[in-house]
Amino acid sequence: MTEDQRETRPSRRALIGWGGAGIALGAVAAGGAVALTNAGSGTADAAGAGGAVEFHGAHQAGIATPVQDRLHFAAFDVKTDDREEFVQLLKDWTAAARRMTAGRPVGEGAYGGLPEAPPDDTGEALGLTPCRLTLTIGFGPSLFDRFGLRGKRPEALVDLPEFPGDNLEKTRTGGDLCVQACADDPQVAVHAIRNLARIGFGKVAVRWSQLGFGKTSSTTPDAQTPRNLFGFKDGTRNIAGTETDRLAKHVWVGAGDGPDWMTGGSYLVARRIRMNIETWDRTSLQEQEDVFGRDKREGAPAGRAGEHDAPFLKAMKPTAHVRLAHPDANSGITILRRGYSFTDGTDGLGRLDAGLFFLAYQRDVRHGFIPLQRKLSAHDALGEYIQHVGSAVFAVPPGVRDAADWWGRPLFSKEA
Amino acid sequence: MRAVRPTVIAAVTAAALTALSACTAKSEGKDGDAIRVTAADSACDTSATSVPAGQVTLEIANKGSRATEVEILFPDDRIVSEKENIGPGTKYTLTAEVKAGSYEIACRPGMKGHGVRQKLTVTGGSASAKRDPKLDKAVAEYRQYAQDQADATVPLAQKFADAIKAGDLDAAKKAYAPSRLGWERTEPVAESFGDIDPKTDTRADGLEKGQKWTGWHRLEKALWADKKIGAEEKTLADQLVSDLKDWQRRVGKAEITPTSMANGAKELLDEVATGKVTGEEDRYSHTDLADFKGNVEGAQKSYELLKPVAVTHDPALTKELDKQFAALDKVLDGYRSDTSSYDFVSYDKVTGTQRKELSDAVNALAEPLSKLAAAVVK
Repeated sequence: MTEDQRETRPSRRALIGWGGAGIALGAVAAGGAVALTNAGSGTADAAGAGGAVEFHGAHQAGIATPVQDRLHFAAFDVKTDDREEFVQLLKDWTAAARRMTAGRPVGEGAYGGLPEAPPDDTGEALGLTPCRLTLTIGFGPSLFDRFGLRGKRPEALVDLPEFPGDNLEKTRTGGDLCVQACADDPQVAVHAIRNLARIGFGKVAVRWSQLGFGKTSSTTPDAQTPRNLFGFKDGTRNIAGTETDRLAKHVWVGAGDGPDWMTGGSYLVARRIRMNIETWDRTSLQEQEDVFGRDKREGAPAGRAGEHDAPFLKAMKPTAHVRLAHPDANSGITILRRGYSFTDGTDGLGRLDAGLFFLAYQRDVRHGFIPLQRKLSAHDALGEYIQHVGSAVFAVPPGVRDAADWWGRPLFSKEA
Repeated sequence: MRAVRPTVIAAVTAAALTALSACTAKSEGKDGDAIRVTAADSACDTSATSVPAGQVTLEIANKGSRATEVEILFPDDRIVSEKENIGPGTKYTLTAEVKAGSYEIACRPGMKGHGVRQKLTVTGGSASAKRDPKLDKAVAEYRQYAQDQADATVPLAQKFADAIKAGDLDAAKKAYAPSRLGWERTEPVAESFGDIDPKTDTRADGLEKGQKWTGWHRLEKALWADKKIGAEEKTLADQLVSDLKDWQRRVGKAEITPTSMANGAKELLDEVATGKVTGEEDRYSHTDLADFKGNVEGAQKSYELLKPVAVTHDPALTKELDKQFAALDKVLDGYRSDTSSYDFVSYDKVTGTQRKELSDAVNALAEPLSKLAAAVVK
């Protein structure tokens, strides 16, 4: 089938255009069905639920992009020793990601092909809009032990140290590479990871994955800061996608920071943080508010009235989460958070297996997550109610520039 | 999408020539209705090589010294109609309904082997679409493979049953996994009959309401979990053998096509992915890896037979399949000390990490294998 024939198939976007006056109206009512562009600066217009986020740019979409409602995150192990084969996979993945983020099916689609063969696309996203799907790839430290890449491992991509209180499960930790899929519809995010995993069989294998819902922080200065499963607002002053200066200072890897291939990229720390939900729910309101250093109703810092009021750290208990984590108490350390809540049903003891899937982007893990977590794991009052059970760190390369470019090209090309 | 290839044209031309010469042969026969088949120990003479479509009658005379079997066969060796056990010096009339196309009449002296074959062309009507003769050959060879597996399984199942009937627990345990190998290699063919698999290979959780649990896994539970052999087990052992003999008799009639071979190979990997990797299949004996190996071998046989066609349409796919079959074999070989034996590590000794590795290797093979059917038909 030629590209032309393929393009005549209805895209998910086109389907909405033809059939869905009601849907389109709904999208307008929800705030304007404007297709987002992520022209590298992380333009942060509030998006309609149906829009497509531009895949190409100086930075990968899915970092400064306004946080979508849903997440499917997957970490993969590499199964091939053949560098060419792995590079081909990255190219195939890029092509599929380019199509899926535009609301198009993978390959020759989900129907109309040979009846004797399984279709290229699995089909569960047919008829849905792009739902602001973003796909973001990252490379784990262990990838650099392969394919002669040892000399290209960034110094900033350190193995995370063991933090006090960690109880890491091997089956939720590490990975040679990762893909973060964010979308406003979980079906679209799951479809994307599922199809990438399928394309990857034999070359890579899923090591672990995590579904997330209920964003716990936003990269748009919303009127409403999202709440975590403890019922608290967190991340009020998270870096906004429009704050070019703060992004450049704290999130994007600058020229001269490390290997050239990472310029324009970022470093991602992913942590599965289990919350002791039942214990927390039995905790007095005063204790809950003391633990966070905020009030529960407004999210106002201790001693203040409004959520966005500047926190007065000394009014908080010395072990309060906000006090310990605040940039003012950490020589200005700031990370960009895109965490999600998760609930994976119930554990064998009848307790909700739930918590926060923490995702943080930073310019250098050594000056971002590690010192922050060192401090928190030692002193944070929240530590009594949470446990870190999964962990991974990835180098997130810069954006795919254009239709000829592919994920990781600067790392695998000779000049890098 | 189907391209007309030189091989197809050649096949059509050959068929036309056969039909022409067949007209001459037919005019020599009387009435043109019945075909006289004279079977001998090393001959199979037929009075006609061409008949019109419709009811065809074979008047068979066995002039040989051994009992024989006479069959009308499709080009891929599937049986249209057959008569077994025609004694020396006796006669039999066999009738069948045939559509236009190429067939063979086979006499099997001693009721064994490939037999002595004669071409039979059925003319008129609307001939079914011509298939690449390479694919007919692949199907015929696979059918023979399935038959060989069934033939080899029956004595092994008998050995298993005999041990049970002798009350010999250890001997029965030892004979269990080998008795399943031929079945596991050709499972999609056996399952295609619908009624045999529920009797022979059902697990406790697979029983329909009111269905009595019989077959291998029922006996497996008796040997490994209950650790005892009673009167019921002895009866079930006999029944297993008789059900497997039913399978052995019917393999030749199975509907097998190039795509069912390709998709059957994929289904064998699905069996591995859903039943063996999880340890559900042989949950009492933990001999899952022997079944696993059998499934992979059967899938590989289908693939190898289809490869001459697949390689011309999708060489990248066959290269990948060669690589992934070899990779999976290598992983499996890590679980047996002797590569000529089917004694594998007990599956309850295989760790979670190792099961993940096996599962990854299965996925790596099954995904490209799912594309084999397309490479065969396009």
